[in-house]
Amino acid sequence: MNWETVIGLEIHTQLATQSKIFSGERTTYGAEPNTQACLVDLGYPGVLPVLNSEAVAMAVKFGLAIGATIERRSVFARKNYFYPDLPKGYQISQYELPIVSRGSVVIQLDDGGQKRVGITRAHLEEDAGKSLHETFKDQTGIDLNRAGTPLLEIVSEPELSSAAEAATYMRKIHQLVRYLGISDGNMQEGSFRCDANISVRPSGDTELGTRAELKNLNSFRYVEKAIEFEIERQIDVLEDGGKVVQETRLYDSDKDETRPMRSKEEANDYRYFPDPDLLPLEIDEALLDSIKESMPELPSEIEERFAKDYGLNPVDIQILTASSEDAKFFEASAEGLDGNYELAANWNKGELRAALNREGVTISDSPVSPADLNNLLQRISDGTISGKTAKEVFEAMWAGEGDADQIIETRGLQQISDVVALDKVVQQVVADNPEQAGQYRGGKQKLLGFFVGQVMQATGGKANPAEVNKLLRARLDADEN
Amino acid sequence: MGLSDKDVQHIAKLARLEVSDGQIADYVEKLTQILDMVDALKEVDTTEVLPLAHPLHMSQRLRADEPTEKNQRDLFQANAEDVKQGLYTVPRVIE
Amino acid sequence: MDRLTVSQLSAGLRSGEFSSEELTRQSLARIEAANPSLNAFITVMAEEALTAARAADRRLASGKAGPLTGIPLAHKDIFCTAGTLTSCGSRMLANFVSPYDATVVSKLADAGIVVVGKTNMDEFAMGSSNETSYFGPVRNPWDMERSPGGSSGGSAAAVAAGLVPAATGTDTGGSIRQPAAFTGITGFKPTYGRVSRYGMVAFASSLDQAGTLTATAEDAALLMEAMAGFDARDSTSADQAVPAYSSMLDETLAGKTIGVPQEYFDEGLDSDCERAIRDALDVFVDLGAKITELTLPHLALSVPTYYIVAPAECSSNLSRYDGIRFGYRHPDASDIGELYTRSRQEGFGAEVKRRIMTGTYVLSAGYYDAYYLQAQKVRRLISDELMRCFEDVDIVAGPTTPTPAFGLGEKIDDPVQMYLNDIYTIAVNLAGAPGISIPCGFSGALPVGLQLIGPHFGEATLLNFAHHYQQQTDWHTKTPALALNDGADK
Repeated sequence: MNWETVIGLEIHTQLATQSKIFSGERTTYGAEPNTQACLVDLGYPGVLPVLNSEAVAMAVKFGLAIGATIERRSVFARKNYFYPDLPKGYQISQYELPIVSRGSVVIQLDDGGQKRVGITRAHLEEDAGKSLHETFKDQTGIDLNRAGTPLLEIVSEPELSSAAEAATYMRKIHQLVRYLGISDGNMQEGSFRCDANISVRPSGDTELGTRAELKNLNSFRYVEKAIEFEIERQIDVLEDGGKVVQETRLYDSDKDETRPMRSKEEANDYRYFPDPDLLPLEIDEALLDSIKESMPELPSEIEERFAKDYGLNPVDIQILTASSEDAKFFEASAEGLDGNYELAANWNKGELRAALNREGVTISDSPVSPADLNNLLQRISDGTISGKTAKEVFEAMWAGEGDADQIIETRGLQQISDVVALDKVVQQVVADNPEQAGQYRGGKQKLLGFFVGQVMQATGGKANPAEVNKLLRARLDADEN
Repeated sequence: MGLSDKDVQHIAKLARLEVSDGQIADYVEKLTQILDMVDALKEVDTTEVLPLAHPLHMSQRLRADEPTEKNQRDLFQANAEDVKQGLYTVPRVIE
Repeated sequence: MDRLTVSQLSAGLRSGEFSSEELTRQSLARIEAANPSLNAFITVMAEEALTAARAADRRLASGKAGPLTGIPLAHKDIFCTAGTLTSCGSRMLANFVSPYDATVVSKLADAGIVVVGKTNMDEFAMGSSNETSYFGPVRNPWDMERSPGGSSGGSAAAVAAGLVPAATGTDTGGSIRQPAAFTGITGFKPTYGRVSRYGMVAFASSLDQAGTLTATAEDAALLMEAMAGFDARDSTSADQAVPAYSSMLDETLAGKTIGVPQEYFDEGLDSDCERAIRDALDVFVDLGAKITELTLPHLALSVPTYYIVAPAECSSNLSRYDGIRFGYRHPDASDIGELYTRSRQEGFGAEVKRRIMTGTYVLSAGYYDAYYLQAQKVRRLISDELMRCFEDVDIVAGPTTPTPAFGLGEKIDDPVQMYLNDIYTIAVNLAGAPGISIPCGFSGALPVGLQLIGPHFGEATLLNFAHHYQQQTDWHTKTPALALNDGADK
């Protein structure tokens, strides 16, 4: 039987606010345990939540970016359940009335096509703390530094039909939240993680199969592998005549398998109700307008502009706009290179990325700044140096020896483009190699390369190759007559 | 409306309360009395009525995104019975 | 020696008739003498109080004192007080030393108040008799076999017996007004959001409101000026200026209208109480006010509505007591499930657990719409009905309770009978309105309370009516026989 997969993702992204969603506590990652957990985060008797304005603004930005409805009135609700790292015994979330509803994003499929994926809702909520099971032998340790960190939970429609599509969608959302500056998207630190709801059904069926929920997938690779495993597992169960159980499962990356989560075995009854400590969140026109004004350019807008302004092809655009840092770097490095943007594109995705990958640094920390690279590209473009020499200059820049002009100057790397001077060298080289000159004239045209090499050798590699070619041809052809 | 022993056990489980066999009957009796009393609401026609969650008609005020707290871990953990290495501790939890 | 009011003590302190230290020592002596029988205090803060009193005396001497500087006061043990036990009347918090002050506590401290101790209360404010306290019941100074009411029973008994001139309380369904009525004092519950809830251990967040227990309305006005006001730490706090309540007390009542709901005089009302209330209304007529009959057909629904909304919120508010970060922890739980259930089972008393169970049930899958959502809708009907009255009348008046103080043990085994005792006070909380109970006579040897209800933020109007009444009558000056017994007079 042919099977069809239906996947919906719930992405939890930590919002990059300075303070927590309901308290004035810091959100810095990696602090000593429980040193960033104030009375509100600890759920002390008598304390009350007050909503962070920036968390609201960030949620609205996301909603605007996905073309969603920004709900003018949304309500915070309590999701009641007991867990040691959930200090109040409930999580403040949004339930019936989320702040963002009904949006979508377009993802690029492997076959070159595109797919619009619906986003049901995005709502604000607080993160829980962390349970540390490995620190003590018989006990679990609780660190509540993370408790109260703002999260935006982004819920997709069940419209993804493969593990690869799910991963592409997740990357798209990751790109978007980073472009918007609302999350650092750091997956190692848990700032961006997702749960996946997966079900399979016989191809053509319209009714959804029973789903399993995979919890806490925190890398693109795990999302893909975990979903692939889960799809296979469900198909095996069904083909053996069994039934898929609705349950929560965990992905074990070491064993590459999913297993039921013990703590979630009993069916939960979250007893949601409106949080009486918080009032309805109302977003008026003025607030909405001010957030709209602070919206950065969106990836889709940049992609369109890159095609139009720089004439770049879709593949290059995908690479050069992966993040807003990438796009900004490219634009700054390409400034003033009218008609030669391809050169900038090639250097950005070639030499620059190779060096970044080799050294393991992010583009924001690149020792060669966009202005430095632009300087170098200008020198290539105006013929001061050749592309080959430029690689040497780039390495020197990377090593911190100065900017392109300084390096060209100190190392004496300027090309000789003076036609009179070059022609003298050319004349000498032809005169010194009569045998090869004869063969060339006899039709062995590829010997031109030999003469170019000789000229380069004689000039210490500084001759402008284009000029050399031109002069050599003129000299060799002229002497034949 | 009456509650069964099973209902009481289920609610107790959700609320993380321990109800011993000896206490069930008392819970069943008193919770049933309370539910019988509140059942009066079922007779009220509320088709056109919006729920009221807050007595005052106000909307949520927003706080500036500024850290205002300083680390007071030792003071706060003085109320905890079991703390090790700055962590609150509980019997081992299996995920 | 007569019981002096806050305003009289304030005048005495300023004139140098006595010092704050003398007042404080007198209060501590009275507590020491009376508390073994009354059980009104959970914690007495003698040392801290004397230190604060001496600071107040320095301030008085420097001429920088405010009207409350140096006045002894007791806080209900529901308010967090930094460095002091804040038990909320529960075993769960019997070891809880708050690391911070509630806003009410810090505001009154800023005003120069001297805190002499923390008063006994029904566990987590859930009760109408003070019998649910882990620290034992408080006794009514008018009759030691009777309840002082609840949940602010300790505060009420302490003020009625003259141990302190004033105390704070909280009122979720009548918990200030009912004990004030039972003990013959003035109990004031402001509009929801008028006084910050920050640092007040939550019972039912959409109903809880802090207020005062004092001898007079004038004293309530003085305290309110210090306690009320916007608090950025409480999202439900009202961002409205605090009027100078005490300067508005004397405004004339001529031409004002009092609405009297007929439902407040149903067959459940004790006949002596009814007579006292009717007499009180006549006093207002003499003062120039008009009386008009009203009807509140939904009033009877307020008890069932309350007993869904309050337990639902309480079941969630009390989930934080898990034995991990604070509060009672069962000493040898073998797994996490046992840590929760044993700590909560042993830390909470019977009535609190009953309400947690009720609240959990009405929010649970399959019952939410029928119970919780329906209760929220009926809450709107009750609230709208009560608030509409103020289109025609200035205040609404009636009895605070159907009967005077009932006997200890009389209702404790019958929760529904206990709940029905709150019939006249609960609608006020559901609507978030302000209310005050003032003494207006006796039923036998027991005080009777008159309840006045106002529109949202109508505190000044209520205090104005109550003050005029107290200028015309002397019920508020009556004290129980045991009052003011401090062993050796100062």
